[in-house]
Order: sequence, then C-alpha cells, then structure tokens
Amino acid sequence: MSETAAVSAPATAIPRGNVGTMFNNTWAIAKREFASYFSSALGYIVIGMFLLLVGVLVFFVFNFLERNEATLQSLFEGVAWLSWAISPAIAMRTFAEESRTGTLEMLITQPVRDWEVILGKYLGATGLFAVALALTFVYPVAISKMGDLDWGPVLGGYLGLFLGGAAYVSFGVMVSSYTKDQITAFFVAFVVGLLFFILNYITPALGSAAPIVVYFSPRYHFDNIARGVIDLRNVMYFLSVISVCLLATARSLESRRWS
Amino acid sequence: MRVTAPTAVVIGATRGGDDNGTSMTQANGEAMSTDVMIEARDLTKIYGTQRAVDRLNFEIRRGEVVGFLGPNGAGKSTTMKILTCFISPTEGTAKVGGYDVFNDPLAVRSVLGYLPQRAALYPEMGVVEYLEFAADLRAIPKSEQRDRIKKVVKICGLEEALRKEIGQLSYGYRQRVGLAQALIHDPPILILDEPTADLDPNESAEVIEYIKEIGKTRTVMLSTHDLSEVKASCARVLIVNRGKIVADGAPDDLAAKSGSVRYVVAIDEKAGAKGSGKGPANAGEVLEALRSVVKDSTAKELPSDDRSHVVEVTAKGGDDHRREFFQLAVDKGWTLLELRREALQLEEVFRQLTVGADAKAAETSKSTAKE
Repeated sequence: MSETAAVSAPATAIPRGNVGTMFNNTWAIAKREFASYFSSALGYIVIGMFLLLVGVLVFFVFNFLERNEATLQSLFEGVAWLSWAISPAIAMRTFAEESRTGTLEMLITQPVRDWEVILGKYLGATGLFAVALALTFVYPVAISKMGDLDWGPVLGGYLGLFLGGAAYVSFGVMVSSYTKDQITAFFVAFVVGLLFFILNYITPALGSAAPIVVYFSPRYHFDNIARGVIDLRNVMYFLSVISVCLLATARSLESRRWS
Repeated sequence: MRVTAPTAVVIGATRGGDDNGTSMTQANGEAMSTDVMIEARDLTKIYGTQRAVDRLNFEIRRGEVVGFLGPNGAGKSTTMKILTCFISPTEGTAKVGGYDVFNDPLAVRSVLGYLPQRAALYPEMGVVEYLEFAADLRAIPKSEQRDRIKKVVKICGLEEALRKEIGQLSYGYRQRVGLAQALIHDPPILILDEPTADLDPNESAEVIEYIKEIGKTRTVMLSTHDLSEVKASCARVLIVNRGKIVADGAPDDLAAKSGSVRYVVAIDEKAGAKGSGKGPANAGEVLEALRSVVKDSTAKELPSDDRSHVVEVTAKGGDDHRREFFQLAVDKGWTLLELRREALQLEEVFRQLTVGADAKAAETSKSTAKE
C-alpha cells in the first residue's frame, strides 16, 4: 500500500496499565512453576525416584552402614551423581513444553520482562530440586542419632549440593529453551551433563591441560564439597554456570523474537 | 480473462473519525489526545525467504471493533504477534495505545489484552487459580482480585466452570477462560486471534456475543476467517492476503463497492421446452452459453441434483441481464427452472480479493478442461 500519506497526529499515548514489580512477577511465575510439578505426577516421580536412588546408592553402592563411620561422604557422592540425573527431568518442561503448547506466548505477552520469566521458571524448578534435597536430610539426622556428627561440614556440604543441583537445573533450563520437545531437552541435558560430570576421569590423557579441564567438571567441585569443604572457588564455579546458562536462555528467548 | 476481480483494491478509505463510538472516554477519565489505538506502518515480517507480512499499513481508532480477515497463512497471526510484542517486525513500526512495540513492549502489553490463537492455557490449573495468576501478572492488588475475577467470570459466562480444571473444559469454555484472562485488567484494547476457531456453532455464537458486549467499551481487533462472525460483530473489516491489506471498510460497503452481481440460473437437465423437440444440453455447453451472455463474466456450475444444471454467473456492473438469460433459454429450447440476480455477499468479495492469481489460473484451466 502506498498510502503512507495519511500521517496520524503524533500519538500521545494512553495511560499505561499496571506493570508488576520485578519481584512480584518473578515470584508469581516461580510459584506457578513450582506448583505445576505437583499438579502433574512429575514432581512426585522426580522426588520419589531421587529418594529411592539415593537410598540404593548410599546403602548398596557406597556401603554406608559397613563403613561404620559418622561421615556423610557416601551420601554426598550419591546425591552429587543423582543431581546430574534428575535435574534434566526437572528442567525439561520449563520452556520446551510451554513453547510447544503455546502457553509461552500467553506468558510472554503479559507485561513481564523476559528475565522475570526465566528467573521465575528457574526458581520454580530449583525449588523442586531443593525439596528433593531437603528430604535426604533424614540421613544426617539418622547418623547424628548413631554418633557424634560434626554439623558444620554437613551444612556446608548441603549448601554445595544445592549449588551443584541448581547449576544442573540452570543447564537443563537452558537446553529446554532451545527446543520445543521436552524429551529432546531431557536427553541433551542428561548426556551433555554426563560428559561434563566425567571430565575429570579423562584427565590423565590430557597432560598439562588437565587442571584447566578439570576445573570445568562439576564432579571436581562436588568432590571438594563432598569432603565438607566449602571453597569459594567451588561456589564461584557453580554461580558462574548458573549465570551463563540463564543468560544463554535469555538469548534463546530473544532470538525467538527475531526468527 | 474470466475473473474480473481486482487483486488489490482499497475499498473505502481508512475511516477517519467515524461515529461509531469514537467519542467514548477512557474509564479513568483522562483526556485523550489521540484516537489511533493501533497503528501499523510498513510493517514487515520475513521468515526465511517468505514475507509473512508485507508492508502492512493500517490504523484502528478508539472504540472500533475491527475484523481482521484473511485466508490461512495470510499474515493475520503474525501481525497480531507483532502487535503484542511476542515477535519483532523485520521492518516497519507499530504502535499500540501510542506506545511503540519495539521501544516500550511493557507499556504495550500493559494496555492490551491478548487472546492468542487456540488460547493455550495450563491444563493442570483450576480456572480461578489461573485467573488469579493472570491477575498477579497484571499487578492487580490481591484485595481487588476477587472483584475483578467475579466481573470477568460474569462477562465471559464462566460461572459453571469455576471449580473445574482447565484441562477438563470443552474448547468453548477454554476459549472463554482465555477471554477472561485477556479482560482481567480491564484493558482499553483487545487483540483476539481467531477467538472462535475450533468452536461448534453454538459456542462460537456465544463467544461472539461476549465479544460484542466487550466491544461496546473497548477497541477490539479480532482475526477470523469466518465471515458471518465479522458481519455479526465488526463495524469495519480489514482483509489481508499474502501479508498485504487488500480491502478496508465496513462489511456492507465492501460488498456494495465491489460492484459485482451474480446470477443463478437453473436449467432442466432432462427435458427441453415443450414442443421445441430439442434435447437438453450438456453441462459444458450450458455453462459456456450462459457465460457468453454477459461480457467479462465468470461462470461456474453449482452443485445440484441430477435433474438440473445450476450455473452461477458473476458479472460486473449494474445492468440487469436477466432478460438475456431468459431469451437464451427460449432460443436454445431449454426449460428455465430458476433465474435470480443478487448482489455479491461478503463471502464472495472475500474470495475475489483473496483467491489471487494462481487460483484464477486454476479456475480457468478447470473450465477449459470441462469444455
């Protein structure tokens, strides 16, 4: 049409509608995301599987009882492994499913900022991981009944495990934002997560590059944490992973707009 | 040469300051210095090599209820996704409520309510729970949420669905929840993408009723490919085809100004006129003979039972050619069962404008093959 001549008067805008505060929007989205795990079976399945497998690992693989010592190393090792395994299941839906069904369009066209959506969903998903992790607290409590337990390292260890799981979830959320298929999201996050996790087993082959490569393996940082040592470098590692993954998620949402 | 339909015309200029409710004032009473609520300037969206929206220009003024019409893939949804800031235009600009979709998406979204195509809702949520979530995102204070929800539930006829989960609802009810969600913050502007798609006729009539009610106090842009809906609810129609606007005006004006009339002629297939001794003609012959009565017309056979040939002849201009059709039948010795002349319906205007060149070619070759 070539009738651009019909110039409208410079539009003076009508009054803005309400726009929520960053905190409120993020919170509303996080709450909904968290609740949605429990209105489907997914939340229960994830938590159930997690607790079951932690039990198996602790009692049968790491021989928790036979070690006969009041340490939680085997628990921490087990949880570290399983965080890698369950976080893709927790995170797979976050964006992939919503983008497939179209609810993402509904959400993003509300007066919310992209990163409120990302952070809200991320916090909701991490919330589920936190619940699963918190339920494993029965082990330290049980051990403290059997003998003296040094709570300092235990709490430090839990902080580390939480950070590690949170980092895995952020990775899963990122993967989920790049696909419309949650199963794809699950497997990609699962396999790539595993590759990173086992990075430090291949270090002998790497020679002088080994320390650098090892630094990228969450396993290395978990190991430190499992010993009950909280090192700022480990914490920084996990926080950086989370930041990078969530920024990449933001990029993914932004690129959708331009595709 | 048969199809005389213009492929791109603007019928009727953009309606400036029309009387239908443009004087309505904003609920909060603030003075309005502009009437243009939705504005697109050279809006273009290119997916890969495909121009989904191609330099679209239009304005929608306060209080208008505008039907955005077009065949599937014409660029209706893409345009709406741009207006609601879900995707960004490749070129051009758009403003909603005076806010630029690119520079101030939050303001744009805050003044509009949007119902995407096939309103996707979280199936596991309850209706009330979902509306509370929508209200939260619209920053409606908790103390006012109950009232707001009550209001939209009433407007959208959701009383009976309140206790249910969204996943248990019929499409019609889901669509109403989507509508309720779009209305929860009492927005001055509504953008509804095919609000009645997938609904059965009753449900769709109900949703249209709700939209009419809503449109009394708001600016509404709704897309559809159902023309009866447009006639029922919209004072103005924008017809879009292949990413371009091909017509803009009131539904009746569009039909009138297209200037075409059609004749429906039914000829008895079995018997010639008494005493003429001639047998009935075959379909191709009848079609060709009837078409040649009026210059520059198109003819096609309409479905009928096996006792008659029913032919529709579409022609330009105001002349009445019924006499000539009658005379033709007499000359040929055919028995004329029916002959009527009528103005083109909006459906046909729509078809003329959107079927385009390739369909024209297809139609010509089809009738050639028949002969």
